[in-house]
Amino acid sequence: MDEITQAVREYIIREYVQEGDEREIAETTPLISSGLVDSFSMVSLLRFLEKKYAIHIPDSAATPEAFDSVERIVALVRRFQKAEVGV
Amino acid sequence: MSFSNVVRQGYQSEIEGIKAAGLFKEERYIHSPQSAEIEVEFPVGSAIRKCINICSNNYLGLSSHPEVIAAAHAGLEGRGYGMSSVRFICGTQDMHRELEKRLSDFLGTEDTLLFPSCMDANAGFFEACLNEQDVMIADRLVHASIVDGMRLCKAMQDTYKHSDMVHLEEKLQEHQDKRFRIVITDGVFSMDGDTAKLAEIVALAEKYNAMVFVDDSHATGFIGKTGRGTHEHCGVFGKIDVITTTLGKALGGASGGCVSGHRELVEMCRQRARPYLFSNAVAPVIVAGALKVLDLISTTTERRDKLEWNARYWRGLLKEAGFDLKEGDTPIVPVMLYDAKLAQDFARDLFNEGVYAVGFFFPVVPKGQARIRTQLSAAHEKHHLDFAIEAFRKVGQKHGILGLGKKDLLARCAA
Repeated sequence: MDEITQAVREYIIREYVQEGDEREIAETTPLISSGLVDSFSMVSLLRFLEKKYAIHIPDSAATPEAFDSVERIVALVRRFQKAEVGV
Repeated sequence: MSFSNVVRQGYQSEIEGIKAAGLFKEERYIHSPQSAEIEVEFPVGSAIRKCINICSNNYLGLSSHPEVIAAAHAGLEGRGYGMSSVRFICGTQDMHRELEKRLSDFLGTEDTLLFPSCMDANAGFFEACLNEQDVMIADRLVHASIVDGMRLCKAMQDTYKHSDMVHLEEKLQEHQDKRFRIVITDGVFSMDGDTAKLAEIVALAEKYNAMVFVDDSHATGFIGKTGRGTHEHCGVFGKIDVITTTLGKALGGASGGCVSGHRELVEMCRQRARPYLFSNAVAPVIVAGALKVLDLISTTTERRDKLEWNARYWRGLLKEAGFDLKEGDTPIVPVMLYDAKLAQDFARDLFNEGVYAVGFFFPVVPKGQARIRTQLSAAHEKHHLDFAIEAFRKVGQKHGILGLGKKDLLARCAA
């Protein structure tokens, strides 16, 4: 597991999994469509990503689909990291 | 643009999508006043049948109380039917101000402003009182109207895990750079029936210099020894910065809500809250009825005491019958079924047995958390609850779920 995947996964567990919830969060576990993360609480995840990776994710890209698993979130971060450095 | 076939088909397919997802809501027509026993036509066109109502917000049984009805009649005669105006043009009567003062006294606050509903109070408060220099930190299970109100406000949004004080503290630490911080919670959470940890929230707010906002719609009138609300129950009466609540549940159940708290915050709402500024004044008949409700519940705690007894008795009956319940001590008693289809079937079978209750499932509650939410009322007599438990037992037996705990019920859904 690379650094970004690990950091995103850890953040999701810390930020969203309630105490006593025994759900495993794998890279492909659905987050939004499973109801674990809703659009109301998604903003803190967006803020975390933007701050930690010094990127800007526009509203048009911050869709529930793009945030629906650790794997997809990591892909989103990578996409905007590239955009920031103009690749 | 005309309502062409293409437009019509577009909407029809969206409606079909709602049905296919199992999220279609149907109204049931009630042919009697709101009470413990109601007469229901469902499905539309079928014979009217008498049922025990175990899903209303008529907590104190005052929706059809003769003294409230008489007071409403007097208000209608004395002050007319409608105001035909917003409050600040020519819509404020002496009675509106009297009710606001009475609510402030009851809730232990400095001032109060009436809104057309608590939904409107929640939709209007944040935008009126906060800006981009501030942060709103909400419990993740707050009511949808708070979520909407927060979305209309430019202040930063954040959330903490439901009732998790460690997480709330982390968030308060994180946002110390903001001008104002406000912690936002329901007093009693409407879906789970649990109570916010208000004493701990107030202590954290004092430590980190934050305001506390509580929507006490499912508490005002009956939670706490004298029914003042969750702040009374938690020993922090007089320490909440803003309370929003409703007249549409325990306090007569008609409509109307309010923002109640520090006079500067209330004044900001009077100047800037759009649902207040651009909606008609609450109708005189409702104001007169609500004043009578406050008279009734300020003189005696008899009704809230009976409600407390009913809730405890009902919870005991359900447990004894072998249902899996969400723990709590409020008149909201969720019977956990976990599976959406089972919740729908269960509610339908209960109705056939003469008990009116509704199944709740995603997106109203998290996925895999479907339930029948039962709500007690002071209008319930013991025989109503004894009748209802027999229906629950019979339907529970039919579905083979009596005595099953969470794990077994979840396994049953997965099967």
